[in-house]
Amino acid sequence: MPLYHNEDQAMLADTARGFIAEEGNIAKGLRHWRDRNCKDGFGHALWKQMAEMGFTGMLVEEADGGLGMGHVEAGIVLEEIGRNLTPSPFLTSSVLAATALKHGSADLKGRYLPGLIAGDSVFAVAIDETAKHRPARITTRAEKSGNGFKLSGAKSFVIHGASADMIVVAARTAGADDDADGITLFAVPKDAAGVSHDSVRLVDSAMATHTKFDGVELDGDAVIGEIDGGRAVLEAMLVAGRIGAGAEGVGVARGAMDMTVDYLKQRKQFGRLIGEFQALQHRASHLYSEVEIARAVTIKAQQLLDGGSQHADLMASVAKAKVARTARLAVQEGVQMHGGIGMTDEYDIGLYMKRDRALAEFLGDATFHANRVAELSGY
Amino acid sequence: MADLEQFRDETRAWLEANCPPEMREPVRGEDDIYWGGRRATFKNDAQRAWLEACIAKGYTVPMWPKEYGGAGLTAPQAKVLREEMGRINARPPLSSFGIWMLGPALLHFGTEGQKQRFLNEIARGEIRWCQGYSEPGSGSDLVSLQTFGEDKDDHWVVSGQKIWTSYADHADWIFCLVRTDKENKYGGITFMLFDMASEGVTTKPIKLISGSSPFCETFFDNVAVPKSYGDDVPAYVGTINRGWDVAKYLLGHEREMISGADGGERQAAIGAMMKRHAAKLGDDLDPVLRAELANFDVDALAYAAMGEKFLDEIKVGKAHPAQPNMMKYAGTELNKRRHELMMAVGGSRSLEWESEATEHGKPAKNWLRTKANSIEGGTSEVMLNVIAKRILDLPGA
Repeated sequence: MPLYHNEDQAMLADTARGFIAEEGNIAKGLRHWRDRNCKDGFGHALWKQMAEMGFTGMLVEEADGGLGMGHVEAGIVLEEIGRNLTPSPFLTSSVLAATALKHGSADLKGRYLPGLIAGDSVFAVAIDETAKHRPARITTRAEKSGNGFKLSGAKSFVIHGASADMIVVAARTAGADDDADGITLFAVPKDAAGVSHDSVRLVDSAMATHTKFDGVELDGDAVIGEIDGGRAVLEAMLVAGRIGAGAEGVGVARGAMDMTVDYLKQRKQFGRLIGEFQALQHRASHLYSEVEIARAVTIKAQQLLDGGSQHADLMASVAKAKVARTARLAVQEGVQMHGGIGMTDEYDIGLYMKRDRALAEFLGDATFHANRVAELSGY
Repeated sequence: MADLEQFRDETRAWLEANCPPEMREPVRGEDDIYWGGRRATFKNDAQRAWLEACIAKGYTVPMWPKEYGGAGLTAPQAKVLREEMGRINARPPLSSFGIWMLGPALLHFGTEGQKQRFLNEIARGEIRWCQGYSEPGSGSDLVSLQTFGEDKDDHWVVSGQKIWTSYADHADWIFCLVRTDKENKYGGITFMLFDMASEGVTTKPIKLISGSSPFCETFFDNVAVPKSYGDDVPAYVGTINRGWDVAKYLLGHEREMISGADGGERQAAIGAMMKRHAAKLGDDLDPVLRAELANFDVDALAYAAMGEKFLDEIKVGKAHPAQPNMMKYAGTELNKRRHELMMAVGGSRSLEWESEATEHGKPAKNWLRTKANSIEGGTSEVMLNVIAKRILDLPGA
């Protein structure tokens, strides 16, 4: 398979680019909801529109009412979301939760997928328990209780946690905290008794929660996949999410770079456009080179995942690490080359810096994934 | 797709039958690379057998048309061949500037007569070519070159000096940029082809910091270059005085080649190999070195994906025409970093210049050799200039 978008994908990219630039741009999206101190941090109307575009259920199998598309297609949408800093539950709902639900029972799919596809429901995922992403260690516990489970523990960095109609929770049903086995995934509904959220606005204006589960009673049919065998589903969800976050990060990097290169062509100092200065040209060219590479490896990871390759896991970490470093470079160069106005709230470049910081942390930052590349490579 | 899978099966079987085991070992020294030419000798029978099998199949130049010695493979087929050769670590049967550079120029700009003659010679490894571009006063600013060809109706008399002429002392013929109009900077250069055995041509190897001498100074002292070598075989490519067009086209190829874009993911990551290397030296990677290797592997694996994407795109005309500059910049800087890390893992062992253990200083020599990567074929700084101007469209660049 050639490593570029085929005709259908190129068409989707055109459509997604136009649509999200129009409906999900920074003024209509990020600034609008932020300035209203919106409790969700995103707009439900756009989510509904994304459903009408077919985006929300693009990864859902056709048999389950979705479009049965792949991660290349989801990545196309995510790149535009990244470029426009669009606040959207797409990554957590349509990529992460949708990937988990692929492993769910027919009953679970029937309960949650129609709402996702219609843009009526929003999902979150609760994985992290400490300030850093450490999915190898899961201490939240679900004890057997009658026909179901009793869930107790605390999760952090649950994006859209308080807005979610359902949260996918990774919990321990057997073994010690650091065991690979003994994990079970649960679909915890919004109204379950014993769930409490401590909502917090993040640096990028997204809403996240510290979520407590205090003896939350769940039916056996809330289990996604196998009891005690949830690690594989969790891993599948993480790979999809990391590749998705990579695609969004590519969008952030490209958005920041384009804005900065445009600025170099407008701003005059010393009687010249600052883009004439070789000191800045070389940095811009280096950034371009890095962004191209980051985008290539992200598409590579998407294709590997869609093709069911065993290398998808490694390349997901390569992509996540590469994109994290590249987007970081893009936003730092962006603010620096904008000079003083880059520090103002009025200009958008600073918003890219904030978004990058949060996105890079989500599902593991550059060092986490570089370390993982080493481990997976055998050193 | 089914055809391609069939082609893969056939290729695999053909390689199994024709690629000798010795030709599946990593290249260890310069004599493991077969460059061809009038004076070439084979290191062993395996090298000869592998070359002859490839010539018969058209696999020294798989994508060239069959009438010029190639196999006429499509881009996807060539990718399959590359992948299958990579899978068994097959060495390239023939390396040459004829294949990498003059060939593409002739395919694009050459006359039918030139193609028939020169491409077939190149495909069979009969003539070894060198490239006469840089001059002592014309490095990054190549177009200022001064080597002059005085017009004498049916021939030119060429005088001047080239430098950094790769393997000029081993080459049979040269493709050479020669000024034929002193008044016209860009429109006064002719892309000439002539025999290095011509009277007045001398070469002098340049000893590099690596101790080897892959480059030469090449002197032309009133060399008579005929304008034609026969019917439809002019001694220049393209048009007289329009050689810069050919040179620019070729620089794209050269940059692509130096970039290592087709190096493949397999060769890209080094961390695991370095851990084994350290273990062999009775050592272990310290945590910070391990971290640097991990960061390198991230960049290297990402670059390998970029190489794949770039080659896929270039074949269907999707790549930006200036993209080879970006590949060259990123690939060469990465390769320098690779060898810095390899030297670090090797520690004091990698400093040994003459020991058996290092096969006479191979790590250090290879490390030093990579420092030329970001200079030859256009410096990293020139690459960044070109990206700024042609891709980012920055002002005044």
